[in-house]
Amino acid sequence: MSAVAEQIGIGSDRTAVRPFRVDVPEAELIELRRRIRSTRLPEKEPVADMSQGVQLATVERLARYWADDYDWRRSEARINAFQNFITEIDGVDIHFIHARSKHENALPIVITHGWPYSVLALLEIIEPLTNPTAHGGTAFDAFHVVMPSIPGYGYSGKPTATGWGPDRIARAWAVLMNRLGYTRYVAQGGDWGAIITEQMAVQAPPGLIGMHTNMAAVVPPEIDTLLWAGSPLPAGLSPDEKLACDTLAAAYKNIQYALYMAARPQALYAIADSPVGLAAWLIDFPYSLDLIARCIDGEPESLTRDDVLGNCTLYWLTNTGVSSSRLYRENTFNFFSPKGVNIPVAVSVFPDELYLPPRSWAEKAYPKLVHFNKVAKGGHFAAWEQPTIFTEELRAGFKSLRG
Amino acid sequence: MTPAVVAERPTEQTTDKTAIRAFQFEVPEAELIELRRRINATRWPDRETVTDESQGVQLATTQALARYWATEYDWRKCEARLKALPQFITEIDGLDIHFIHVRSKHENALPLIVTHGWPGSVVEQMKIIDPLTNPTAHGGTASDAFDVVIPSMPGYGYSGKPTETGWDPKRIASAWAELMTRLGYERYVAQGGDWGAVVVDLMGVQAPKGLLAIHTNMAGVVPPDIDAAAFSGAPTPSSLSDDEKVAYERVRFVYQKGIAYGFQMGLRPQTLYGIADSPVGLAAYFLDHDARSYALIARVFDGQSEGLTRDDILDNITHTWLTNTALSGARLYWEYFGNGYFNVKGVSIPVAVSVFPDELYPAPRSWAEKAYPKLIHFNTLPKGGHFAAWEQPKVFTEELRAGFRSLRG
Repeated sequence: MSAVAEQIGIGSDRTAVRPFRVDVPEAELIELRRRIRSTRLPEKEPVADMSQGVQLATVERLARYWADDYDWRRSEARINAFQNFITEIDGVDIHFIHARSKHENALPIVITHGWPYSVLALLEIIEPLTNPTAHGGTAFDAFHVVMPSIPGYGYSGKPTATGWGPDRIARAWAVLMNRLGYTRYVAQGGDWGAIITEQMAVQAPPGLIGMHTNMAAVVPPEIDTLLWAGSPLPAGLSPDEKLACDTLAAAYKNIQYALYMAARPQALYAIADSPVGLAAWLIDFPYSLDLIARCIDGEPESLTRDDVLGNCTLYWLTNTGVSSSRLYRENTFNFFSPKGVNIPVAVSVFPDELYLPPRSWAEKAYPKLVHFNKVAKGGHFAAWEQPTIFTEELRAGFKSLRG
Repeated sequence: MTPAVVAERPTEQTTDKTAIRAFQFEVPEAELIELRRRINATRWPDRETVTDESQGVQLATTQALARYWATEYDWRKCEARLKALPQFITEIDGLDIHFIHVRSKHENALPLIVTHGWPGSVVEQMKIIDPLTNPTAHGGTASDAFDVVIPSMPGYGYSGKPTETGWDPKRIASAWAELMTRLGYERYVAQGGDWGAVVVDLMGVQAPKGLLAIHTNMAGVVPPDIDAAAFSGAPTPSSLSDDEKVAYERVRFVYQKGIAYGFQMGLRPQTLYGIADSPVGLAAYFLDHDARSYALIARVFDGQSEGLTRDDILDNITHTWLTNTALSGARLYWEYFGNGYFNVKGVSIPVAVSVFPDELYPAPRSWAEKAYPKLIHFNTLPKGGHFAAWEQPKVFTEELRAGFRSLRG
C-alpha cells in the first residue's frame, strides 16, 4: 500500500501515518493448512503430565482444530474492525491500532503487548476503554487507545540491525504519541510491555503523566540475585514478600525458553518452518500452559481456542517466530528489579502472574505509587483473559491523574 | 573394510527378546523423497541482525546446508557403510538396544564399548572401527587390536525409545555392562565423549565385574566447588593454576552462554515439535552444539576442508531425521537435569584421558589426577574438538591404543 502511495506521489514521507489493513492472500492460508496436515509428530512423552513440555495429545488436538475448524478471516476481521496504521519511527515501520474515544477529554494511553502474544490478544479491551458508557463506566473513564506492535512482532517491521532493545522501543513510543498529537498521555504494559513501559517512565518524556503495569518490577536487586542463584533468603521478610520470592524462584527455574532465545534466537529455524512447532513453542509459557491446554481441550476458560490459534496464526503469517525472539537477545534489563521510575505508577497484581509483587516492595520501587490492587482472577495474559477486570483496573489506576 | 566373521548366531524368529538378533534396515525411497520435499519447501526466517554467529546458526550457512542436502547429498552412501557393519538388537532392561559389533581377527583383542553423545549417533564412530579392529592395516600392531561394540543410546538411532522415564546415564551404564556380559566379554574397557563420557564415567563408578578401565575425551574432573562457582558465573578463583584458569573460564562460558539448548531439553524436551517436523530446523538445532564445533561446521559448508565433511554432518542429521529421534534423544537431558557433566563423579578404576584442544573445556592434568586416582594416561592433543572420534579418527585411534596399552595382559 505504501508502495502504491509513493508511486502516485502521495505520502511519500515514510514517517507519515499511513492507513493499514490486514489482508492475507488465500494461498498463504491454504499453505498453512497443508503444512499443519503434513506435520510429522514425535512419539508421546513418557510422562502423564506436562512436566516434559506440551503434551502430544494437546498438540494433536490443536493441530486438528487449526487445520479443520479455525478461521483466520474472523481474526483478521477483528483486527480490521479497528483503524490500523503504519508509520516509520527511527528507521523501522511501526504498526499500531489507534482507537479514539468519542468522549472529549479522554485520556490517551499507549498499551504494549509482550511475548508470546500480540495486539490480537489486546483487542477485547479497546471497546470498554474507548466507549466506557456502554461498558459499565462513565464518560469520565474514557481513553484514546494506541496499541503498537513491537518491532519484530506482528505487522511492525523487523529490525535488520541490532539495537532495538526495550529502551529504544520506549523512545519510539514517545515519538509515536507525539506524532499522533498527544501531549498528555499514560502508558500501560505487561510482560515485555511492562519492561518497555517502565523504560518510558524512566525516560519520562514530556507528556507522559503516569503508567500502569500488570507485571511490576519491584524485587530488591539483592533479593533478586539470591533468587537467581537459588541461595537462601534473608530473615525478616513479610509473608507477602516471602510469597513473592517463592513464586519468582519457581519462575526462574522455568525460563529456559527465555534463556534459549536470549542466547541463540537464530537457531530457531524450526519454528519458522513448522507451524505446529511454532504453536507448541508459543504455548509452552510457564503459568499459562495449564490454562491453554484446558482451552485446547475445549473446556470453557477465559481464553478460547480461537484466541490461542489467532495469536499463533498471526505469528505464523508474519513469520515472526525468530524476529520476535530477538528481543530477548537485545534486552539488557533485569525483568523484575526496580529501574528508577519517578513518575506516578499504578500496579495491578493478578493472582496467576508469574510472581506476585508485594505492596511493600512496590512502594519502594515506585515512590509515586498511585494505585495498588490485587485482583481476584487472571494471570500473565491479564488483558486477554480478564478484559473486564483489566479495564476496571485501568480506569481506577489512572483516575487520580485525570485533569 | 571387511567385517570379521561374527560369533553370535542371529536368532531370528525367536521369542526371547533378550537374544541377540541380527539387525538390518533399509530406508524406503519414499522417505528420502519426502525429506527432500520438506527441505525444498523450507520456510526461512529473515537473516540474523549481526554479521557473525553470535545469534545462532547464520542464515547463509543453513541455506548452504539445505541446498547441498536437497540436491547433492546421498543418504544411500551412509546407509551402505552402516549396512556393511554387523548390527544387532537385543533387549536390555525392557528396551531394545541397537549396536554395531565388529570383532578383530586378532586373538587377544581387547573388547571395547564406545558410546556416542548428543547431537550424535553411531555415525560419529564409524571411522574408528576399522583402525581399532584391524590395526595392522592402520599403522598399528596385532597387540593394538580391539573388538568393538558401539551401541545406540536409548532414544537414539535404531535403539528403542523409552516410553517411561528412568533411562538416565546410570541406567544406560548398567545396561552397557549387561550388554558386554551378554556378548561373552569378561574383560573389557569402555570409551565415551559428550553423553558417552558421562555414561563411561558412571560405568567407572559402578565398576561392574570385567570392566578394566575407561577412556574419556570429555573428562569429568572439575572439583564440585569449582563447578558450582562456574555455574553461578563467579569470577575466576585466583588460587587456580594457569591451566585450571583456562578450564574454569571455558566451563563458565558453557554454563553461562553455551548451553541454552541443554536447559531447553533438560526442562521441556517435548516442546521441540518443530525439530521433529522441520528437517532444516533439526539441522540448525544440531549444528549449534558449541561455538568451536559450529565454527568448524560453518567452515565446512563454506567449502573449506576440515576433519568433518558435509556428508559426515548430514549423515548424522539424516540418520536422526529418518529415525525421528530428535525428541527421544533430547529426553536424555531431562533425565539427568541438575546433575553435572564435567564434575568429579568418583571413578576408582583406571582411567585414560585425551584432551582435545577444541573440546568444551580442556581438562587440566592437576584436576584429572585428583578426579581419577588411577590415571593411567593423560595426553593433550594438538588438534581436534568435541567430536574427536569423528573429526580426528587417526589421532583418536592412537589415543585409545596408547591409553589402554598398560592394561593388556
